[in-house]
Amino acid sequence: MSQNYPALLVIVPLLSAFFISAAGWVNKRLCFPLSVAALSVSAYSCIGLLLRVLNEGVVHYRLGGWPPPWGIVYYVDYLNGLVLCVVSISALINLIATKKSIEQEFPEKTGPFYTLYVLFVTGMLGITVTGDAFNLYVLLEIGSITGYALLAMGDEDRAPLASLNYLYMGTIGACFYLLGVGYLYIATGSLNMVDIAHILPDLYQSKAVTAAFIICLVGVWIKMAFFPLHAWLPNAYTFAPSATSSLIAPLMTKVMIYVMIRLILTVFTPEFAFTTLAVSHYIVWLACIAIVMGAILALAQHDLKKMLTYIIVAEVGYMVGGAWLGNRAGMTGAVLHIVNDALMTLCAFLVVCNIVYKVKGYAFADLKGLFPKMPFTMGAFVIAALSIIGVPPTCGFFSKWYLILGAIQAHQYGFMVALLFSSLINVVLFFRVFEVGFFEPFSDHEGHEHHPAVMAEAPLSMLVPLYIVAVGLIVVGLYTGDIVNHIIRFVIPKGFM
Amino acid sequence: METITSIRPLLAVLVSLLIIPLLVASGRKPNVREAWTFVAAVAKFLIVLSMLPAVLHGTEIVYTLVQFMPGAAIKFRVDALGMLFALVSSSLWIITSAYSIGYMRGLKEHGQTRYFCYFAICLSATIGAAFSANLLTLYLFYEILSLATYPLVTHHQDLEARSSGRKYVLYVVGASIGLVLPAMLICYDLAGTLEFSKNGILAGTASRPLLFILLFMFVFGFAKAAIMPMHSWLPAAMVAPTPVSALLHAVAVVKVGVFSIVRILTGVFGIQLLSSSHLGTVVCYVAAFTILVGSFIALSQDGLKRRLAFSTIAQLSYIVLGVALLSPKGMIGGMLHIAMHAFGKITLFFCAGAIFVATGKKNISEMVGIGRRMPVTMAAFFIASLSIIGVPPCGGFISKWYLALGTLQAHQIGFLIVLLFSSLLNACYFIPITYTAFFCRPEEAMFENKVQEAPLFCVVPLAITALISIILLFYPQPFLRLATMMVENIIGM
Repeated sequence: MSQNYPALLVIVPLLSAFFISAAGWVNKRLCFPLSVAALSVSAYSCIGLLLRVLNEGVVHYRLGGWPPPWGIVYYVDYLNGLVLCVVSISALINLIATKKSIEQEFPEKTGPFYTLYVLFVTGMLGITVTGDAFNLYVLLEIGSITGYALLAMGDEDRAPLASLNYLYMGTIGACFYLLGVGYLYIATGSLNMVDIAHILPDLYQSKAVTAAFIICLVGVWIKMAFFPLHAWLPNAYTFAPSATSSLIAPLMTKVMIYVMIRLILTVFTPEFAFTTLAVSHYIVWLACIAIVMGAILALAQHDLKKMLTYIIVAEVGYMVGGAWLGNRAGMTGAVLHIVNDALMTLCAFLVVCNIVYKVKGYAFADLKGLFPKMPFTMGAFVIAALSIIGVPPTCGFFSKWYLILGAIQAHQYGFMVALLFSSLINVVLFFRVFEVGFFEPFSDHEGHEHHPAVMAEAPLSMLVPLYIVAVGLIVVGLYTGDIVNHIIRFVIPKGFM
Repeated sequence: METITSIRPLLAVLVSLLIIPLLVASGRKPNVREAWTFVAAVAKFLIVLSMLPAVLHGTEIVYTLVQFMPGAAIKFRVDALGMLFALVSSSLWIITSAYSIGYMRGLKEHGQTRYFCYFAICLSATIGAAFSANLLTLYLFYEILSLATYPLVTHHQDLEARSSGRKYVLYVVGASIGLVLPAMLICYDLAGTLEFSKNGILAGTASRPLLFILLFMFVFGFAKAAIMPMHSWLPAAMVAPTPVSALLHAVAVVKVGVFSIVRILTGVFGIQLLSSSHLGTVVCYVAAFTILVGSFIALSQDGLKRRLAFSTIAQLSYIVLGVALLSPKGMIGGMLHIAMHAFGKITLFFCAGAIFVATGKKNISEMVGIGRRMPVTMAAFFIASLSIIGVPPCGGFISKWYLALGTLQAHQIGFLIVLLFSSLLNACYFIPITYTAFFCRPEEAMFENKVQEAPLFCVVPLAITALISIILLFYPQPFLRLATMMVENIIGM
């Protein structure tokens, strides 16, 4: 069985989606355990796969036994082994954590919801595991279309429109990517990533190849909401159901960052991306603008969820900038930040999920007195906030460490300043939320006679997964050294300084 | 130098964190809860004390928790300076815990469980900073301390607390992220390590302008040291309950700031580099400015705690000045002042709190004749102010003596004049308080002529710290020994 991990992790959730859909007609209560089972198998396979990569090196898996470049090859190395684990584990934890929230928000639609949920995860895992450029497009569409549907299930007035907006932008992005792949296919006659990488070096002077790279890149940027191509993201994520936001927000953007890094490192070579193309300097400046604008726009928001969505926009800038710094520290920071940002975004959105479950709102005004009311949820929120700000020993600090170090080594001081600026704005953003939760409503008696607030904490089934993620933020932070030394070090090609 | 590996530094840090679940669990039984605080405080003190003999023998105790990059790890090293600071803060935590009970219960404050929990976290972070072996670990505990102090500063949860909290976070966290973090990373890029070493790590790696910029990023970035212009969070933070001001804003938090600067000067830049590039003198000027201006502003403050806060700002710069003089006697004086000022200033804050608990008065102008009502408190206040001024029979005299000798040794007569003039100013803002408290005409007195002190839990701790201030003059060990050892080690005698 362990030989088939690469297939299992996609096929199992794909097939279960049909059963879940069918089960939704028969008995709604079956959907949840079926989904948990499917995603557990995926997560188990992903972890097994990463361990195999750690022991044996890169894993090639021929789907249906067809040899490359004709058949589809699943290609798992250190980079996507790591990302696969993050995706599958986050999706599983989120599934378990949001059970009650889903039952509360749309009790009659749980069947379709779980079907779409599992299909979305299939798409994300498929994008990550595949070694075929066209197959990636197909799975990207699976992930995106289910994503549009999941997002549209939220706020009745605003979610469908926001999702439609995302659909337009997302489709354009996917088309760009497909167009780029088409150019590559014309130039090389192959769709297999490793195969393309072998053929390409002779064609690096070709304008078509350059165009292919740039078009793919722009497509991926739209999908990851890289400023100024971010406009679809905030509304789509804000008005979505809580469980959807906490699924899609951590995964979608991070997986697209992975695709970008895959394009740079595997399909093309770092030499081509950084030296031949010679645009990395400008892209880092674009990333600086993304970071600064994300931070400023986040500052202008009046509700927690939308504020977090703009923080994602800034974080995308972190990773794009880090990857394009063109040095080892920057790339390490970018890959590490995929892991860390997925976890901390998950943690923050799960907190929103708990708050919405109890308070039925996420505007700042709804957060009054939340520290005494929901001390445990807010405790996890504090950990997530510290990680996003970048306070050691949470993991957010360590990826920021590598990113800033990369910026210094590449003499990109603008990027360093942008990162620090965004950290400082994050301090303001989160302390503003803490203030509402901690101080308000003000008492009249000089603070000495606070009425003891009644605790109304979210149920254990939501708190336990939340705390697994929150504690995970610190544990991952402490094990940064191991993650970098045993995994990320091998992601980056040897000659790359 | 001999080193041994032991987990005790980590235990000293963790013991007060481990107690927190117990504090929360016994939240409804205040006596049990406070018992746990005492258990943690005493255990912490004993663990620190158990390492003292080894340190006095010249051994360093090392423990690496995680190594995440070459030269950057979460690592503890107990040396003489760290030991000095840890001894001061862990011993004073025991006394402050007793005082907190008297103060918080005397005022029937809300949220006492929260208060004791965050206090415990603060002490963990303080000891962690004291035992840090490198800049990264120091930064880690520095940040934890900043954040854990926030709920204590804003304990009253009213509008004033909120605006002070904002100021606090803006200055302390803002400066550390905005200045210390990039400076630390530039150091790492230059030197390839962040480990403190007695010769510094930056020698020969950077040009003088870059070193100058880095040095000031550190000096102002560690805003807890309240070097002007990064000082104004400290007076604002006086909205906190008095035990917080006493232990954190006279001992733990502000001293972590100063301690960090001392580590930067001695462990990162190194004495040779600072003296050959004349950067030490520049720091001296900044510190001297803070000393004089802080003392002048203190003169004009009517709020007792605010006056103490400005006095603290000035006194903290004594430490920075002493070490930045780079002369052996000056450095001993500076390091010793960490301990001497701590015992004196905590007594003064305890007195301010005791007065507030007993009478509700916060302003000096409302305290005429208070000595007749609270003789013990005001006597302790007098002793502690003598210690801060730096005259016998108090411990503050020794550190000032060494500081003065240090200026002579460094041939910096200008700074000697600053020190002496500042002592004069100290006397000007402290002595009148005691004078009007005891010697006023009966018709001026604002209090009845009847002894009525604060609760015993308030009075006994302040009497103890006042006594220790006196004892330290006659028996300044182990602090003097530790400071001397540290300086000998740095200079290589």
